[in-house]
Amino acid sequence: MPLTWLVLIIFTIAAAGFVMGRKRALQNAGGDRRELHSLPVYYGSNVAMWAIVPAVAVLIVWMLVQPFFVNSRVLATLPDTIVSEGSSIGLVMSDVRRVAEGLDIAVVQGVMSRDEAASISAEISDIRESLGEVGVAVGSKVSTEVMKGAQLYRTLNAVGSMMMNVVVLLFAFGGAGYAYSKSTADFRARNMVERGVLAMLIAAASIAILTTIGILFALLFNTIEFFKLYPAADFFFGTRWAPSFSGRGGASDLGVLPLLWGTFYISFIALLVAVPIGLFSAIYLSEYAGPKVRGIVKPLIEILAGIPTIVYGLFALLTVGPLLMRMFGKDTFGWMQGGTAVITAGLVMGIMLIPFVSSLSDDIINAVPQALRDGSYGLGATKSETIRQVILPAALPGIVGAILLAASRAIGETMIVVLGAGAAARLSMNPFDAMTTITAKIVSQLTGDADFVSPEALVAFALGMTLFVLTLGLNVFALFIVRKYREQYD
Amino acid sequence: MTETTTTPSASPPKKSSLFVLDERTRKRNAAETRFRMYGITAISVGLVFLVLLFTSILRSGIPAFTQTVVKIEFVLTKEQFDKAESKMLKTGEYQNIFVNALIGQLEARNLDVNVDSKSIKRIVGKPGGMIRSFFLENPDQIGTPVSFEIVASSRVDGYFNGRVTRDTLVDTRFLKASDLDLVDALQEADIIQGAFNWNFITGTDSGVDNPGGAGLGASVIGSFFMMLVVLFLSLPIGVAASIYLEEFAPKNLWTDLIEVNISNLAAVPSIVFGILGLAVFIQFAGLPQSAPVVGGLVLTLMTLPTIIISTRASLAAVPPSIRDAALGVGASKMQAVFHHVLPLAMPGILTGTIIGLAQALGETAPLLLIGMVGFVAREYPDGIASGFMDANSAMPAQIYTWASRADPGFYEKAWGGIIVLLLFLITMNAIAVILRRRFERRW
Repeated sequence: MPLTWLVLIIFTIAAAGFVMGRKRALQNAGGDRRELHSLPVYYGSNVAMWAIVPAVAVLIVWMLVQPFFVNSRVLATLPDTIVSEGSSIGLVMSDVRRVAEGLDIAVVQGVMSRDEAASISAEISDIRESLGEVGVAVGSKVSTEVMKGAQLYRTLNAVGSMMMNVVVLLFAFGGAGYAYSKSTADFRARNMVERGVLAMLIAAASIAILTTIGILFALLFNTIEFFKLYPAADFFFGTRWAPSFSGRGGASDLGVLPLLWGTFYISFIALLVAVPIGLFSAIYLSEYAGPKVRGIVKPLIEILAGIPTIVYGLFALLTVGPLLMRMFGKDTFGWMQGGTAVITAGLVMGIMLIPFVSSLSDDIINAVPQALRDGSYGLGATKSETIRQVILPAALPGIVGAILLAASRAIGETMIVVLGAGAAARLSMNPFDAMTTITAKIVSQLTGDADFVSPEALVAFALGMTLFVLTLGLNVFALFIVRKYREQYD
Repeated sequence: MTETTTTPSASPPKKSSLFVLDERTRKRNAAETRFRMYGITAISVGLVFLVLLFTSILRSGIPAFTQTVVKIEFVLTKEQFDKAESKMLKTGEYQNIFVNALIGQLEARNLDVNVDSKSIKRIVGKPGGMIRSFFLENPDQIGTPVSFEIVASSRVDGYFNGRVTRDTLVDTRFLKASDLDLVDALQEADIIQGAFNWNFITGTDSGVDNPGGAGLGASVIGSFFMMLVVLFLSLPIGVAASIYLEEFAPKNLWTDLIEVNISNLAAVPSIVFGILGLAVFIQFAGLPQSAPVVGGLVLTLMTLPTIIISTRASLAAVPPSIRDAALGVGASKMQAVFHHVLPLAMPGILTGTIIGLAQALGETAPLLLIGMVGFVAREYPDGIASGFMDANSAMPAQIYTWASRADPGFYEKAWGGIIVLLLFLITMNAIAVILRRRFERRW
């Protein structure tokens, strides 16, 4: 029975339970709704809730646990000798899974009967060929053990799903029956339902925590795995980044320093572009511009923030890169070798960050109390003197916070550097050189069919961890500064 | 006593008048003007960047929506059909028939260029297969004149768009400089003309050597399914979480922890969410690679903070008097929130959701990691289930794929894809603005 049917049946039970629970409560009250504790709809909802929630919870847990259980049972039957040279137990297991899948398809297509699929032996017939006929490619010849494993795998899965259906339906009926039996006039159905709803609200809010835990675990486990294969000191203090492409050889140099340097250099150039432009725009818009100019210019600048980063990436690769080549390339100065360089990525990233800096600074400048301005004007200061000597010092912590937030945005930016910064990792001071960043290398190490066992693939998780810690640290620090500042004037 | 000590004439009298600016005032005023100019310059630079960005998008992207077609009417006789079908290389034979027909027509028009079959083949590519399948499907058309529109090769397309010029063209097996004379002649004869490239909007991706045939359609569908997942997960979860945090949450450690988490997740780089998707959804949960459902899940986690923050703002904007009134007539707290506060906050919530969706639609980096890039979306999904579960591309991922291919013909497609993507984003943001203007209430 497919999953959709099971879910549909649960919901049918819930719907029926809703009608019946409501009816029973009304009957119990002699048809007079005033005798009920809660509105009739709550009695119905209570039954429906009891039908759905426990059953679905069991369903989810079962679906998470069953693969582990089946895997371990099948693994236990496989002899140790089956793992040949250059292979691993994981590969054998995936073979087993593929064969099992192939048998399923063969049964569905009618090539094999159900009994045949369960009893067929690898010694008698060529399984690989008959699976090939139904469109499932199995790598090597199917051995007897793998075949037996696949058959066990299928049986266990079939029994498991069968049991799951039964248990889940039992829970649905049981829950509905329990709630139905409780649906009397005195039952506090509304309180029950509201408690249930509140639990769901809490669960939804906790997803944020779950996400963080998910990120941390995904990064942490694989990072630890990586450090088992590659010494941590070489990673943190290595000055060469040269992963080998075969993925098997141990000759890779995976030092993070060149990547960190590229990341910081590009971010620095980006801030060099974004901070003056963004800050002066914010000052002009909040202190000088009239409401009309502000109403037009502010949304226009903020358009830059709504443009997807892939657009900036393409802009860097195809417009800014060639433009800079024409200005500094081999025809004029000869400084630039190719369109993708630190300066290209930095410039475009700076454009992207302008609205970020300007709207944050705008908010902060506006939060400076009017009394400070008035005091300064009263002493005869001009507008620019007021801004430079009163407003900016007062807003400084907030502006620093904004710049730090922009920096963390720049460090985590991916598409612009993937397309605009080049792929060569190097430690150089020349902004016209191609360099690469942490994010760009995460992409290049994980794109493609990485099997997550080689240090070349796992290093991406260590890079991700570095990135996560860096940006998190910057953010926490920036928010701390901004909060502290806000408290002063509120 | 001694008046001499305070004589004003001790220092020479300074001529000062309110009507004449002294040196210092002039300096200060100049500084004032300069400072103002800095602001104006900064804003102008920002706006110039904006204009530059949009002109380069429009200038490079619009050619992607047009294509060059060779329009020709020709007759396939029964004998030719039978003869071609009996050959080993059937499509090649059709090709020859077609090319000969074209040459015949050109000679009939007395064009003074030398026409040889090889240059025609370079211009029109390989239409043989298409002609054959047409006549196999419509055998009744054999012997009658049929009008064909055959897409010219991408280099010819580039010639019309100005991407390829006579000076820059290097003779290759794809196109020779001498062919351009023929192209010009064909254009004068109205055989080659521009047409709107519907295939770009509705079609699927093509192979790496055929930029002319690449289309965005399949990846638009992929993005659509992803957005469905995002909408149906992030809206309910986001609203539920915001209601809890804004209306029910007691001030305790757990609530603080949730709040800190949400504000931090909002600032986590999107690529990290991609790593999460790869490790948790694909590696651990075993969901298929490149599937829109995985992309949707990752983007949901990414947009949740945005939606929660904006939803909380709109819930907080509903004045407490509404809650008090509901509680006063005997509603429970839950009823007050769900029956009164939530409907009033709905426009704000929807606006925030649409903006969050627009953000998710343009996000590329996480999709790189879950394998939506590099996947050649050659087919449309068969149905709803396969739309969610089968490998597909998404709009930004498709643009990235094109941008990283070697043939510059694909760059034009990438810019064109950006125009389509931006049109979607502009529409969504416009809807959000309209919603806000029409329904938002200020108390």
